Amino acid sequence: MADAYNFSSSEYRRSIMIQSIIRLVVCIIITIICLFPIYILIINSTRTTSEIIDQGVSLLPGGSLIDNFKTLNDPNVANGTYVRSFQLWVGYGNSLLIAVSSTILTVFFSGMTAYGLTVYDFKLKGASTTFILAVMMIPTQVVSTGLLQFMVQIHLNDNYLPIILPAVAAPQVVFYMLQYMKSSFPIDIVEAARIDGCNEWRTFLQISLPILKPAFAVQAIFAFVSSWNNYYTPSMLLISSKPEQRTMPMMVTYVLNNDKLTNFGVNYLVVALSIIPVVIVYLCLSKFIVKGVALGAVKG
Amino acid sequence: MQSAAPKTRKMISYAKYGYIFILPFFLVYAVFMIYPLINTILLSFKGNGPTAEQWVGFQNYQYILFGEEGNRLANAFMKSFWQDFLNTLILWVGNFVVQIVLSLLLAVWFSDNRIKIKGTGFFKVVVYMPNIITAASVASLFLMLFGNSKYGAINSLLLNAGAILEPVSFLNNQVITRILVMLIQSWMWFGNTMLLLLSGIYGIDPSIYEAASIDGSSGMNTFFKITMPILKPIFIYVFITSMIGGLQMFDIPYLLHEGNTTSMYLETSAVFIYKNFHQAVPNYGISAAASVILFIITAVLGIFVYKFNTEGDNKKRKKSK
Repeated sequence: MADAYNFSSSEYRRSIMIQSIIRLVVCIIITIICLFPIYILIINSTRTTSEIIDQGVSLLPGGSLIDNFKTLNDPNVANGTYVRSFQLWVGYGNSLLIAVSSTILTVFFSGMTAYGLTVYDFKLKGASTTFILAVMMIPTQVVSTGLLQFMVQIHLNDNYLPIILPAVAAPQVVFYMLQYMKSSFPIDIVEAARIDGCNEWRTFLQISLPILKPAFAVQAIFAFVSSWNNYYTPSMLLISSKPEQRTMPMMVTYVLNNDKLTNFGVNYLVVALSIIPVVIVYLCLSKFIVKGVALGAVKG
Repeated sequence: MQSAAPKTRKMISYAKYGYIFILPFFLVYAVFMIYPLINTILLSFKGNGPTAEQWVGFQNYQYILFGEEGNRLANAFMKSFWQDFLNTLILWVGNFVVQIVLSLLLAVWFSDNRIKIKGTGFFKVVVYMPNIITAASVASLFLMLFGNSKYGAINSLLLNAGAILEPVSFLNNQVITRILVMLIQSWMWFGNTMLLLLSGIYGIDPSIYEAASIDGSSGMNTFFKITMPILKPIFIYVFITSMIGGLQMFDIPYLLHEGNTTSMYLETSAVFIYKNFHQAVPNYGISAAASVILFIITAVLGIFVYKFNTEGDNKKRKKSK
C-alpha cells in the first residue's frame, strides 16, 4: 500500500514479484540445508561401504539396504560387535518404554497440578504457583551430581525408575497447562458438577480431562520426543550401561564411537534407524507441533 | 474474577483437594530436584575419589576457580574448568548469532502480508524438523560426514573434486570443529527460535502496520522502528532461554569426536561436570562445585525469564480489567 504512493502500479507489482522470487529462492535453499544431511543419511544407509568410500556423496540410493540390515544382525561380522552393541528391538523397546511412561506421567500429573492450582482456593496456592514458575528454568544438569550420588547410595542406578519417575514433576508443562486453563477452561463446570453430586475425582477425571485434551495432545508430543531424544539422563544414570538396558541414542553412540566398526553403510543405517520413528511421528503430527512450539515450550 | 463468585456460595471447603492435587508434583520434585540440589551443594564441600566422605570446605571451589600453587591436580582442574567455560561461551555465542539472524529473517518474511511466500506452512514444518531429531544421532551423523579420514563424506567429496590432495582432519582442527558445532546447533535450533519470534510478530496489532504504511514507512523502516521494539521482550526471552540452554550444551560437543576421548576444543561445562562424576572413581566434589556455579548463573538468568512470564500475565490481567 505504502509504496503505491512512490511507484506506479506496474513498477510496484514488479518489485513485489522480484522480492517474492528472491525470498522463495532463499527459502528453498534453507529447505535444502535442513533436509540435505537427513537425505544423505538415508541414501548412505542403502549403499555399501565401498560405494560410499569410492563414489563419495551420491544423490541416488544404492541397493544394499537389506544387505546392510543383515550385516547389522550378523553375529559373525566384526566378531559380533555389531550384534552386541546394537540390538534394534531392544533399543526401540527400551526407548519406547521410557518415552511412553514418561509422557503419560508428565501430561497426567501436570494436568492434575494445574487443575488443583486453578480450581481450588487454598492458602499455599499463590506460593505454589510462584514456586513452579520460579523453578521452571532449572535444568537437570545442575543437580545431576547430587542426583547420581543419591541414586548410587540407594542403589537405584542402573534402574529406569529415576529416569521415568521425575516426569511427574515437569514445571514447564504445568506452566503451559495453567495458561491453557486460564484461557479456555470453564471453571463453572466444576461447580455444576458438584451440584449434580459428582465428587472431586470424578469431576477431574471424567469432566475436566476431556476438556483439556487439546493441551494434553500438544504436550504429549513434546514430552514423547524429548524423552525419546534424551541421551544425557539415561547415560548418566545407567552407569554400568548394560547392553540390554541401553536406550536408542545410547546404542547409536556405542556403534559410532567404536573404531572397530567401520562398515559405513551399516553405521549410517544405525543412525537412520534411530531417527526414523521420530521423523515419522513428526511428519504425522507436524501441524500440532509447529503450532505448539510457541505456546510455552522452552528451549533445551 | 471467576474465583470470587463461588466463594460466596461455598459451604464446604474444598481446600484440601487443592493440596491433594498438587501433592504428587511437589513430592516428586522434592525427591528428584530439591534433594539432589541440596545434595549437590553438600557434595561441593566434600572431597573427591577416596576422600569423598571428608569435609573440605571451599577447597573444590578454590581448585576449579583459582587452582593452587604447586598442586598439579588442582591446577589441572582449574585449567580445564575455565577452558570448558570459555568453550561453552564461544560455542553458544557463535550458535546464537547464526540462529537469530536466520530465524529473524524468516520470521519477518513469513509474517509479511505484502509479499507472501508460497508454501509457508511447508517451510515451517521443514525448518523445525532438525529440532526433533535425536541430538546424539545428529552428532553421529555429522561425525561420519566430517570424518577425519579420506572416508569421511565431505573429505571424499573434496578429494574426488580435486579441491584437496590430502584428507582434512576436520575434527582435530580447533576452528573447524567449533564452527561445525555452532552450525549444527543453529541448524537444530533456528526453526524453534523462528517459530517463537513468529508468534511474537503475529501478536503485534496489524493496525500499527497499516498506520505505518499509510504514513509511507518503508519495509526496512517498519522493521527497525516498529517490529524490533515491539519484539524486544520476546527477543530478550529467546536470548536468555537460549543462554540457559547453551550452558547445558552437552550431547553434540560430547559426542563429536573420533576415538575414545572427547575433543578438548569442544568440552563444555556440562561435559566437565559429567566427566568428573562419571568415571570409575568419581570426583563428586569437583563436579558438584562446578554444578553449583552453573546453578547460580542459571538462577540469575532464570529471574529474567520469570519476570517475562509473569509480566505478560500482569499485562493480560490489566487488559481484562
